[in-house]
Amino acid sequence: MPVVKAVTCPVCGSLCDDIELTVENGRIVKVKNGCAMCEAKFLGYCGEHRVLKPMIRKNGELVKTTLKEAVRRAAEILAESNYPVLYGWSSTSCEAISVGIELAEEVGGVIDNTSVVCHGPSILSIQDVGIPSCTLGQIRHRADLIVYWGSNPWSAHPRHIERYTAFSEGRFEKSAWRSYVNKVKALVGKKKIQSAIKRLFVKKPLPVPPPVSEYKPYPSIAKEGRKLIVIDVRRTKSAEIADYFVKVEPNKDYELLQAFRALIRDQELEVDKVAGVPVEYLEEVADAMLSCDFGALFFGLGLTMSSGKLRNIDAALSLVRDLNMRTKFIIMPMRGHFNVTGANTVFTWQTGYPYAVDFSLGYPRYNPGETSVVDVLLRKESDAALIVASDPVSNFPRKAAEHLVENPLVVIDPHMNVTAQMADVLIPSAFVGIEASGTAYRMDHVPIPLKKVVDPPRGILPDEEILRRILAEVRKIKRKEAKA
Amino acid sequence: MEEKPKLKVTLLTGRTIEQGAGKERGKSSKDYVESVSVCFMDPEDMKKLGIKEGVNVQVSTAFGTVVVKAKKSLRAPHLGVIFIPYGPWANVVVDPETHGIGMPSFKGIPATVEPAPDKPVLGLEELLKAVFRKG
Repeated sequence: MPVVKAVTCPVCGSLCDDIELTVENGRIVKVKNGCAMCEAKFLGYCGEHRVLKPMIRKNGELVKTTLKEAVRRAAEILAESNYPVLYGWSSTSCEAISVGIELAEEVGGVIDNTSVVCHGPSILSIQDVGIPSCTLGQIRHRADLIVYWGSNPWSAHPRHIERYTAFSEGRFEKSAWRSYVNKVKALVGKKKIQSAIKRLFVKKPLPVPPPVSEYKPYPSIAKEGRKLIVIDVRRTKSAEIADYFVKVEPNKDYELLQAFRALIRDQELEVDKVAGVPVEYLEEVADAMLSCDFGALFFGLGLTMSSGKLRNIDAALSLVRDLNMRTKFIIMPMRGHFNVTGANTVFTWQTGYPYAVDFSLGYPRYNPGETSVVDVLLRKESDAALIVASDPVSNFPRKAAEHLVENPLVVIDPHMNVTAQMADVLIPSAFVGIEASGTAYRMDHVPIPLKKVVDPPRGILPDEEILRRILAEVRKIKRKEAKA
Repeated sequence: MEEKPKLKVTLLTGRTIEQGAGKERGKSSKDYVESVSVCFMDPEDMKKLGIKEGVNVQVSTAFGTVVVKAKKSLRAPHLGVIFIPYGPWANVVVDPETHGIGMPSFKGIPATVEPAPDKPVLGLEELLKAVFRKG
């Protein structure tokens, strides 16, 4: 059976490019090196939820149609609308995104990508403050302190820790995996002893163990090598492997960030606790940050989605700027979809702006809050939508999704997802990175090629080709209108 | 009639690995639906409401009400904080306010939880019909 090596995984922003796939009779049967999400994607991409025929809604029901008819109807909807929304783009190739932007300019709509509901606030802050960053390779080989703030890589980017940070075997920094295993063994041993004592002395009242402070660091903290700090509102799996876990109260990240800024400038805090965390413990964590040689702070949606939003990121970027006065520190957002960074990049090449671009005046305008898709939908301004490789009905707040569904909706997606179920025109596409090649940007802005491993089902085209056909059809309609 | 216990909590939404793998298998797959129509709670909070794991609870915010299945949080304590994975169920109750920057508030929303053993957790299609009247 042929094995395809060095395949890039098209799931999250880590873009792991060491996946090995076994192909049998044109189907992927085995995945090596992947995480749970990677395996689910490569093995389940052609399951029962796959759409194999274009569909159009007639009398309230989706019925099968030809590709030509579906493309014509999609073009009609977009050409006839005054203010369409073109949304999605983060789970397709840069090449398809490029055509999408051309289409948005042609129909004079708002084009936005999923960063608006994930790291949009981060982009706004980066535009304000700036960002000291580097590639993930640098972090893998050199970083001796890793901070995850408001992010749970164990669930959202399962191989991030293993490939790029604390558990990666770098050239100058070694993996902290062994010390983690020792820690787990010690904890399991402790639990076993406790339960044995319980069994032996079950009739006598048990000696009450002294309360263990949540903020007591593990003994392994004095260890050499890489250290891991997790700051989050929940004790996640990622928090469990950390050397320091700081449990911040919900919506209090801003206070905590500013407290860290004060501490690393050697200022004293005149309170006992900040955001529910004892200041003594914060001092210890701040010391760990200052005493590293090369630190990396990764932040997730815990900062962008909770109270403060872009101001939280302002504070995080400023914290890293302050840390750079004393040591070397970089900061990077944990991007979710595999090509959301590419969407921002291609948008910026072609329009000058990374997301929320409005072409209704004939030239690109950018004003998140006004031209961002959720706001356009909440104000009920759009009159049609094209959704590519995304599922906003499942991911937007209900009020925004309601307006999306009320208007004519064109969906290009390989899967029958929630938005596809609401579509008026549904065009199935090939999976980029499995059935179609392309380019995607990793979270550190490194472009990585995506492979075509197997052929798509018969008659199914990649997003790029479908969009080109819709664009050609829209231009045809516009030419006819101009003549008439 | 005895008043039903209610609990004021902070609602967080976010990613879980089950949700992540479920979404890749397909949004109408059983795995996905079961992974996102749940609410992780602190066991102490569940005691206060007098419920056990697997009992349906009704989560209400200023923006909507949804019935989901209560699950014991694996990593307690987090008194007064509940967690629903991203998905159609969570989106019924999250805050659409973007504060002028395009980003809705998906985390840290004031909410109340109450036991709702008599109310069913809607399936994906029923939920979509109830919310959007289309599909």
